[in-house]
Amino acid sequence: MGTPTSWPEAAASPTVYRRWLWPSLSLPGVLWLIVLFVVPFYAVLAVSLGTVDPILFQPVPIWNPLEWNVGWLQEALQRLAPGGIWFDVGIRTIVYVVLSLALCLLIGYPVAYYTARHAGRWKGLILILIILPLWISYMMRMLAWVNLLQADGYINRFLMFTHVLSQPRDWLGGSSSTVIFALVYGYIPYLILPLFASLDRIERSHVEAARDLGASPWSAFRTVTLPLSKTGILGGAVLITLPMFGDYYTPNIVSMSPKTSMIGNQIDLYFHGGPQPTLGAALTIILAVFLTFLMAYYMWSIHRAQRDVGSVGAL
Amino acid sequence: MTTVAEQRPAAGFSTSARIRGWLRNPWGKPRFLVLITWAYILWSIVPVLIAVQFSFNATRSRTVWDSFSTRWYWGDPVDSVWHDPTLRHALVQTFKLAGADVLIAVPIGVLLALGLARWHGRGSGASNFIMLFPLVTPEIVMGVSLLLVFSELFTFIHTGTFAQILGHITFSISFVVVIVRGRLFSIGRQYEEAAADLGASPFVALTRVLLPLLTPAIVAAAAVVFAISADDFVISQWLSSGGGTDTVPIRIYSATRAAPLPSVNAIATIMMVTTLLIVTLGFLTWRAFTRGESKAGTAAEDFGTAFRL
Repeated sequence: MGTPTSWPEAAASPTVYRRWLWPSLSLPGVLWLIVLFVVPFYAVLAVSLGTVDPILFQPVPIWNPLEWNVGWLQEALQRLAPGGIWFDVGIRTIVYVVLSLALCLLIGYPVAYYTARHAGRWKGLILILIILPLWISYMMRMLAWVNLLQADGYINRFLMFTHVLSQPRDWLGGSSSTVIFALVYGYIPYLILPLFASLDRIERSHVEAARDLGASPWSAFRTVTLPLSKTGILGGAVLITLPMFGDYYTPNIVSMSPKTSMIGNQIDLYFHGGPQPTLGAALTIILAVFLTFLMAYYMWSIHRAQRDVGSVGAL
Repeated sequence: MTTVAEQRPAAGFSTSARIRGWLRNPWGKPRFLVLITWAYILWSIVPVLIAVQFSFNATRSRTVWDSFSTRWYWGDPVDSVWHDPTLRHALVQTFKLAGADVLIAVPIGVLLALGLARWHGRGSGASNFIMLFPLVTPEIVMGVSLLLVFSELFTFIHTGTFAQILGHITFSISFVVVIVRGRLFSIGRQYEEAAADLGASPFVALTRVLLPLLTPAIVAAAAVVFAISADDFVISQWLSSGGGTDTVPIRIYSATRAAPLPSVNAIATIMMVTTLLIVTLGFLTWRAFTRGESKAGTAAEDFGTAFRL
């Protein structure tokens, strides 16, 4: 991508860009996002900090922040605290996401590294094959694995043929490993692409310089390539972590058991099955706040990584 | 490339020396990386191909292959995609949502991208911030928000097709902005300035100079919006009003949890082929327009990274 050109504000041609033109072009989009993104989020706040009709059990939102009632939010936080009924779900969600992220990095980094640096004339083809799953519906890819993991599916038949298993295993009956596997399968393409982009940008001369100065391949990788790809690692990690924390359909498809329920499943349950949307809204707010902190940490890490890269460049 | 030649051991060395050479040479091809990469590619694509294969199975099984048949596409008088009204309806609903999404989100997004790229006054920072937020918000948070705003505040909008379209547009606008803005940066401002120097008004410079230059990005954005809309499950599900508004992803989701027939594989295959065709067309258009602007290979990368970045 070309470098963004900057030029003196309005000095170049003051009469051409009238002040009103650009803000008014933005207006429809900005209005749309205020009405259908910002206001709806406020509605979740108003419901979670509102009350519940004692007879109909319907949520009664409170729109005025001065009258907010924190009772339901406190209730949701208590359920998430140790001893609460959501505590296990919260811990499980974090464990699933962290393990899936680790596996994605473990598989994705070598793939991105190979494609960026060693693929040679295969690079275009490999890149297309890596991008391809991004354009195949997530549900289609999950369906594919549900078929393979059936009791008489290819996976069980292969494992029995090779005598790894003596009888078919029930992969889809509430197994944590299946859920983590499905999460990795579903989200890994979104990690590989930013990783590839950051690795592909690294100048070969940097690594060559390290090697010329006597660094072993491993230490050249550790001290040059890895720090320079840190923004890609962080970017890819945040890109897949945020949606994974809100996922509920993946565990539902491959397990459908309360034993593998994640936070997203609880939110889904409280809106679609349960009687208390207010609690669901409170949980949604807690999730959003948690993810905002995660995002802030990511921005701060990116900032620090770029500063560190700056010092590598200065060396 | 000269470094590679210098560091590579001369021909005729023993295998062990060659292996040591690979290890010592950072530009060599470590074999385990080759293995991991191709294993990953097979792992990511073969299961989907098997699912496609079973959409052509002659029996009701999705796990035991019998023989080739188009029964689940149109042959079966009851359960094929063509004859089962729920499946056919899901297909129509998906195209309806994706079509409306492309028609509305792309113009709004293009205008927003132009505005945000050139507007530096009061409010531009906040607008940019609002634009980025939908990209990082988990879909379930958006689903809950839209459901609650339609049930508690905008009560004149009921869940169903219209609400689903509004939801799809809301998450699509930011993708359009990101793609178009990337193109705007690489175009730079010189063409508009040249037009202005030749006496064009800002509006003429915009419509006669800038918009034609943006065509590849607009086509790419339309393809991406179609793909993400057709792929979307969460927003469609949260804003659905029951069977009549189910999309293909919702049908696949509910079918995998019941006892599905290969017709589910068939409808998934139809959606996949359609999306891949549209995305390929978008990519080819992008490349045709940007040919000669950048070095070979980067068009694919630009187009690929434009997605969800």
